[in-house]
Amino acid sequence: MAEIWEITWFTVCVAALSTAVILPGGIALAWLLARKEWRGKSLVETLVALPLVIPPVATGLLLLKFLGRRGPLGGWLERTWGWEIVFTWRAVVIATAVMSFPLLVRTARVAFEGVSPRLEQVARTLGAGPWRVFWRVTLPLARRGLVAGALLAFARALGEFGATIMVAGYIPGKTATLALSIYHSVQLGRDDEALVMLGISVAIALGAVWASECFLRRKTS
Amino acid sequence: MFFTEENVVSVELNNLRLPLATFVLEVDVVLAGRVTAIFGASGAGKTALLEIIAGLRRPAAGAVRLDGAALTDVAGKIFVPPERRAVGYVPQEGALFPHLTVRENLAFGQARAGAEPTAGLTFAHVAEVLEITALTERRIGTLSGGERQRVALGRALLAAPLLLLLDEPLAGLDAGLRDRLLPYLARVRDEFRIPMLYVTHAPDEVMALCDDVLVLAAGRLEQRGVPAAVFEVGTAPRYVRRR
Repeated sequence: MAEIWEITWFTVCVAALSTAVILPGGIALAWLLARKEWRGKSLVETLVALPLVIPPVATGLLLLKFLGRRGPLGGWLERTWGWEIVFTWRAVVIATAVMSFPLLVRTARVAFEGVSPRLEQVARTLGAGPWRVFWRVTLPLARRGLVAGALLAFARALGEFGATIMVAGYIPGKTATLALSIYHSVQLGRDDEALVMLGISVAIALGAVWASECFLRRKTS
Repeated sequence: MFFTEENVVSVELNNLRLPLATFVLEVDVVLAGRVTAIFGASGAGKTALLEIIAGLRRPAAGAVRLDGAALTDVAGKIFVPPERRAVGYVPQEGALFPHLTVRENLAFGQARAGAEPTAGLTFAHVAEVLEITALTERRIGTLSGGERQRVALGRALLAAPLLLLLDEPLAGLDAGLRDRLLPYLARVRDEFRIPMLYVTHAPDEVMALCDDVLVLAAGRLEQRGVPAAVFEVGTAPRYVRRR
């Protein structure tokens, strides 16, 4: 049982960290997609949506090729910083971050689109530069949608399996998340253990999605 | 004449050109800088013109000069961003920030005004003139239509603009409320002496507030003069005569 709580704690920490990692970039990209017209915009939109539609295992394979010791980024990181990525907790964070990124960007984009450009324009005429307008008008008005997006990304990260198993593997005490451990337990015939972890997963995910819905609903009411 | 010489600010709109959906906005005029009405039917290009002056739209050609200084000059590649123009803008819907209180809305532009507000534009004085002192701790969602417009006007004033653009501030309000708000606009005109461009399609508002009228139709300046002459029977613009 102690092991299950350790796995739960690790999973929650990894999901929280991956959400924190994607938050600044995700919010910036969502704002760019909502407010600006630029060359290559539809290409970026497509790339961002890709993890939603291609099999997670395929995304995992791509990451493995990219982040492995012989991969372009993985090789560089190891040579330059001595960081090993694949089959470590870092790989779990990266895999969950990539898989939950589209959910954050999509929800945040809708949140930004819901802020009237008129308010931003008037703020400019009141002497506020683009940064001040973003921090004092756009961000506060979009905040509920942004929090909802972050919670959805967190919930998605909690349950990530396909990409994680490819790039991080199942290594107890090192990369074992709830989703990977459930699969492992069932394979070993430890159904009781799997059911307990299933219950925990469902409870945390339900909490996150429910909170996300609450934030979105308050925005529209 | 509402202004003494020192209050006059010249607004030059030189050969402005902006293609819109169904016509091309083309304006070339110098405004005396008193209270000038931009009058015309819906879709005549009035709001687009204000947006160009405020720096919220870039024209395809032409220049905007405030007291001789270029704010926009397409040929000269000059574009002063809206936050550095000192041009206040009150859109039709007021556009108050819903996440801030009335006080926070009013104070939003005060940073630009600096430590020494000009021409009596202190928070207390503006709030008093517009009779919004009692509203300052309220949330925007709890205000009535008329209160919102007064707060929007106060917010624009407190940013100490050299020129104030009002885009149909009384449209969308019922006739009774409109009549009650008109005196506030007159008080702003007389008290703070900030030159205004007042977009409207209501002749009575022009008569009550303005001393110069530009009549805009399908993006072109059709007529210009003092309100009494423009709205005199027989010479009034077509859509006024039809009423």
